[in-house]
Amino acid sequence: METSITLRLLSFSTDYFHYKRKMNTELTGIIATFLLTLIIAIPLGKYLAKVFAGEKVWTDFLKPLENIIYKLSGINVKEQMNWKQQLKALLTINMLWLVYGFFILIFQDKLPFNPDGNPGMTPDLAFNTIISFVANCNLQHYSGESGVSYLTQQFVLMFLQFVSAATGIAAAVVLFKAFRDKTATQLGNFWEFFVKAITRLLLPLSMVIALILTFNGTPASYEGKDQFVSMQGDTVNVSRGPAAQMIAIKHLGTNGGGYFGANSAHPLENPSYLTNMVEMIAQTIIPIAMIIAFGYFIRRKKLAWTIFGVMTIGLLMLMIPTLTSELGGNPALAKMGISQTTGAMEGKEVRFGPAATAYWSTLTTVISTGSVNGMHDSTMPLTGLWQLLAMMINAIYGGCGVGLLNYFVYLIIAVFISGLMVGRTPEFLGHKVEAREIKIAAIVTLLSPFLILAGTAIATYVFTNHGDAAWAVQPKAWLNNPGFHGFSEMLYEVTSSNANNGSGFEGLGDNNVFWNVLTGVIIFLGRFLPIIGPVAIAGLLASKKFIPESAGTLKTDTKTFALMTFAVILVLTALSYFPALALGPLAEYFTILK
Amino acid sequence: MKKYIIQSIRLTLVLIVLLCIIYPISIALAGKLSKGNGSGEKVIKNGKTIGYALLGQSFTKPEYFWGRPSAVNYNAAGSAGSNKGPSNPDYLKDVQSRIDTILKYNPGLKKSEIPADMVTASGSGLDPNISEQGAAIQIVRVAKARKISEQKVKELVAMNTIKPLIGLFGPSSINVLKLNLALDNL
Repeated sequence: METSITLRLLSFSTDYFHYKRKMNTELTGIIATFLLTLIIAIPLGKYLAKVFAGEKVWTDFLKPLENIIYKLSGINVKEQMNWKQQLKALLTINMLWLVYGFFILIFQDKLPFNPDGNPGMTPDLAFNTIISFVANCNLQHYSGESGVSYLTQQFVLMFLQFVSAATGIAAAVVLFKAFRDKTATQLGNFWEFFVKAITRLLLPLSMVIALILTFNGTPASYEGKDQFVSMQGDTVNVSRGPAAQMIAIKHLGTNGGGYFGANSAHPLENPSYLTNMVEMIAQTIIPIAMIIAFGYFIRRKKLAWTIFGVMTIGLLMLMIPTLTSELGGNPALAKMGISQTTGAMEGKEVRFGPAATAYWSTLTTVISTGSVNGMHDSTMPLTGLWQLLAMMINAIYGGCGVGLLNYFVYLIIAVFISGLMVGRTPEFLGHKVEAREIKIAAIVTLLSPFLILAGTAIATYVFTNHGDAAWAVQPKAWLNNPGFHGFSEMLYEVTSSNANNGSGFEGLGDNNVFWNVLTGVIIFLGRFLPIIGPVAIAGLLASKKFIPESAGTLKTDTKTFALMTFAVILVLTALSYFPALALGPLAEYFTILK
Repeated sequence: MKKYIIQSIRLTLVLIVLLCIIYPISIALAGKLSKGNGSGEKVIKNGKTIGYALLGQSFTKPEYFWGRPSAVNYNAAGSAGSNKGPSNPDYLKDVQSRIDTILKYNPGLKKSEIPADMVTASGSGLDPNISEQGAAIQIVRVAKARKISEQKVKELVAMNTIKPLIGLFGPSSINVLKLNLALDNL
């Protein structure tokens, strides 16, 4: 006995160095992931600029397919649209999807392709789910295994993951068009941008990713639930289904809605460290590529690199403290005397480790993906703070297409404030920015704090004053955690809805009429106003007379202006949200240190 | 406006065929060539399915290596994490009782040797892996319960350790189901 313990202790001390090395492989893993992302995203951006400008690219062999799609849909892509027509087309097709999806969700139990016999959704849950998927948010108040049929997974949810991403990309391309030429009212054809986003980008890349996932263990077939008896004799049911197809586009399209309840923490949804790298890269490449594409498309590469630089500094400022906070482990567990060599593990998976999970949590919140490979509700208090801040800014890379639109609004505000500071009429890329554009930008900027703070306030009021309301989950039973963390659960839910992110502090009991309706409305407003606003500003600016650059022009691609934009983002966010953040994650942080 | 509505309906129908039928079915067909035919890789013993290679299952007997605590008791039809916040007093009690259980079943073990993954619930509730340290602290118990040498068990653990991706990226881990199967096959 004695010798065996001594032996074990000896082996333990040699193992210490081994763990030290293990820690390092976790860090090299995320550095490699980020570098690979850039290696793919930058050429992809140049390619996208060519695709949307109609220049020759190697994927032109898909033209016949696109022509068939246009023909069957009665679309003439030669028809030019101004910004209002672009928005009309965008909104019309999006509203159609709302109606289509709502009815399938309600009646999924009576429709085919439901091998597990899952029930139809309640109207309030269907309302929430359909808005959430049309809006590219993918907040999920149901659980994939028990809440939806295979028909819903493929014909509604996965379908919307493709088309909502393509909607965002097409809207961003309208912005590209507005600044390519000196003065323009005709900004191309919305349907063409939309279809090309699918045929030239989303579909081919989804096929590649889905195949990688399938050959690493993610199910892709239509077989229903399986049952087996485990080694210790327990009977276990296993949910399966066509998951790989959906997981590919869920990341590529920055949607985030998982096939299984546990999202990408589920071993079938994200089987290994390799697939974890693939899924992290998949969700980051299009947002970065869109920035590069913007610069190449409007022939102002320096502007694109400036924007990319500001965003990347923002990413690092959120990611590095997140890593420190997670790798440090939970101080409350440290007090119990156990070993947290690699960091905090609650809600995390061993095959990824805390470093990759921390990196993912930053990516998924700066970009509006909202998929998770570990449970955010169980992350450290300060990690929660960085996650919330990332979603509040919502323009560091950002969602497919919409990230750039959000950043554009910050740019307009920065141009305006700089113009006031130097006493000149503000200009952006040769167009005068006047009262009308500033008003739109101001409304879009103020919308986020209004929705987030008012939404959280209403939820907190209902929780404290109407705890006994007879809903599916009673308000007093909403929170999975007491105290400050409980407040964070509500703040997170509302912030994630407004940012169209879709991740959650999942302890929150959110499938009831209150949360379904509240977040449904917030997601809707948080999606469409921030698309309409920037497209309108771009359209209005483009139609104005072009003013050639002179010595007095405020240049938007300089380091000084980059710093200015950064300051505007920081000040706006800090002023709007600091009080709420102090009540939630900050308060919890100081309690846990005590 | 009417024109956009009709175009929207027609485009939606065309895209449903492309994205919801052609795309997923072609992936499903390609998946037939993968391990487990695209329906998840099964682990078979004596002709019977005893589990899925990627899904953890509950192990509580002393002669088996234990996996991580699970918030859903390894229900593979209802994955979830505990969603407990780091300061939640009930959660901290749970962790303490897991520590006590491990100390009870592994006499001679020091608290400071217990790694976090063995006393915290995984994100999916189905984590198939434990850390190397998580396996190391169980070797003595398993060897004793099976009346085999510690060296033998150690060798099996080493054989079933998944190394970092190409030796450089990510943590190493141990698939508990495969390790236990290897033990039973000794």
